[in-house]
Amino acid sequence: MKARRSGGRLMTLPILVWMTLFVGAALIYVVILSFLTRTPEGFGVTNAFTLDNYRKLLDPKYLKVLWQSVRLAIHTTLICVLIGYPFGYFMARTKGAWRGILMLLVIVPFWTNALVRIYGWRILLMANGPINEFLKAIGLIEQPLKLLNTYGAVLLGMVYALIPFMILSTYASAEKMDWSLVEAGRDLGAGAARVFFTVTVPQTLPGLLSGCVLVFVPSVGLFFISDLLGGATEALAGSLIRDQLLKSRDMPFAAALSVVLLALTCVILLLYSRAGGKSSNLSLF
Amino acid sequence: MALLEIQSLVKSFDGQPVLRDISLSAQKGEFITLLGPSGCGKTTTLRIIAGLERPDSGRVLLNGQDVTDLPPDKRNVNTVFQNYALFPHMNVEKNISYGLRVRGAKKKDWQDCVAEMLKLVQLEGYEKRMPAKLSGGQRQRVAIARAVVLNPDALLLDEPLGALDLQLRRQMQRELKIIQQRIGITFIYITHDQEEALNMSDRIAVMRDGRFEQVGTPEEIYEKPQTRFVAGFIGQTNLLDGEVISVDGSMAKVSVGGECVLSAVGGYMPRAGEKASVCVRAERVHLSKEKTAFSLTGIVTDRRYAGGVMRITIEAAGQTIFAQTENAGAFAPGDTAYISWDANASAIVPQEGA
Repeated sequence: MKARRSGGRLMTLPILVWMTLFVGAALIYVVILSFLTRTPEGFGVTNAFTLDNYRKLLDPKYLKVLWQSVRLAIHTTLICVLIGYPFGYFMARTKGAWRGILMLLVIVPFWTNALVRIYGWRILLMANGPINEFLKAIGLIEQPLKLLNTYGAVLLGMVYALIPFMILSTYASAEKMDWSLVEAGRDLGAGAARVFFTVTVPQTLPGLLSGCVLVFVPSVGLFFISDLLGGATEALAGSLIRDQLLKSRDMPFAAALSVVLLALTCVILLLYSRAGGKSSNLSLF
Repeated sequence: MALLEIQSLVKSFDGQPVLRDISLSAQKGEFITLLGPSGCGKTTTLRIIAGLERPDSGRVLLNGQDVTDLPPDKRNVNTVFQNYALFPHMNVEKNISYGLRVRGAKKKDWQDCVAEMLKLVQLEGYEKRMPAKLSGGQRQRVAIARAVVLNPDALLLDEPLGALDLQLRRQMQRELKIIQQRIGITFIYITHDQEEALNMSDRIAVMRDGRFEQVGTPEEIYEKPQTRFVAGFIGQTNLLDGEVISVDGSMAKVSVGGECVLSAVGGYMPRAGEKASVCVRAERVHLSKEKTAFSLTGIVTDRRYAGGVMRITIEAAGQTIFAQTENAGAFAPGDTAYISWDANASAIVPQEGA
């Protein structure tokens, strides 16, 4: 028994080494980097401790970027809740073949690279793209609508990319829910809406919460969707980090920005576990 | 006017008939049990009364008003679910007061009601407990309190004691009966336990394959079964296949394996010449060493001590007969025994398919 358990530990050793080396060590390096000073020229860094990188973040220009990222993440999460939660719930209530079909529809997009799929949206939303052409053909509009390079397009792309996480997460908890609780609520005199909010929502809250985390956390950092569909109308934290790194060559400042995003993620996860969420609910696949 | 009436309910799931035209009416304060093997349609009947299921045809009347198409929250009946279905995220107090709070009761009022209910089900002091921290019997009580607090016209109970162990079950049977008598609410009670049904009910409806085989008081069901199924489902019963010789008023002469026996006519009225079975409870069988009028001749094949009584197995007229008696000392396997019974303690039921 004991030998077997230590054997199990031994099995996880490669993963442990991998994580320590490539995730843990890299993260520590980023944190250290954020307190160092850049050399006036080139990609270089000198070993002089400074808080300047963080002080620079307090510049309204950069605070605005952070705020815009958070706002986009909040909007994305809200829309994902409004669409994904009913979808997941409905899927859990569906029986037989239909459930399989719905599940397939949710999962199929994962088979294609996300970047490629977002390019697909770019084509759909173009001024002479299929959507505008269709609207013109049925005579609803005369001039093409400006769909691409808007905040709406960015939001659409974000929701599109992240909603499967919300759907699968709420589905998993709605599917486990004891349906007789809903019947009991109706039996005790509550209408369908009342039962939904007093029984169904509390019972599926773990799935809803983990869905929110799974959507919110990546959406703070995602920037390629904003680049492709928003035409960089709004600077986001993700794209700022990339620009600092690749264009301004300011590694310490990019590191400081990353640390802030990391801290934000930690806060979200902390709030999630405070609300009674289990970390195991976050591992969907 | 009956408090609750179901009329000609028919229901099928995926083309599989579950209820085939059942009707029943219940008076105020009556304890009615639906008794039958699993899959006979008991739960479906209850769910239709509760409004959780809609019948394909037929009606449900409550206080004379047709409620067939009303949703569950618009009918004044409440259910104690088989798995209790307590809300896991609410404590005992919140569970019991759920229906009252839905109706907009003030906190002061519903707290008084909860206190009263907890006293009724003997769970005082458990207000703040979560369901997960309760034992099976305690959950059962909370489920009853949660339904009773709304003062329904009828309380529907779906095998409420099914998950409890035998001792707790007996205790809860007594308590349920006391609660029912104290509050005077009509109970529609589901069980597949015949002893439970006999102990608790004012009337029993024996169900089989979506039909009522017989509806009657426990005495009628036990003493005067109308069908072979009812006779066989309750208690240990001998069903002696024979042919009716003659019927004279409430007595019939039946030939069993060439010997003539007497039996009272129960709920079923046989005709002369018909194939029928005489139904005699094991504890009503009388064994004798002397041949008497209207008796069967048999050979004892087995005897077993069963705590206070002896169970004797006899072969007679090509059939196996069980007798349960206190003084069986004189009979050993291989002995000849003459079997008789008080004709008033037996009944005649038709043979299956006849």
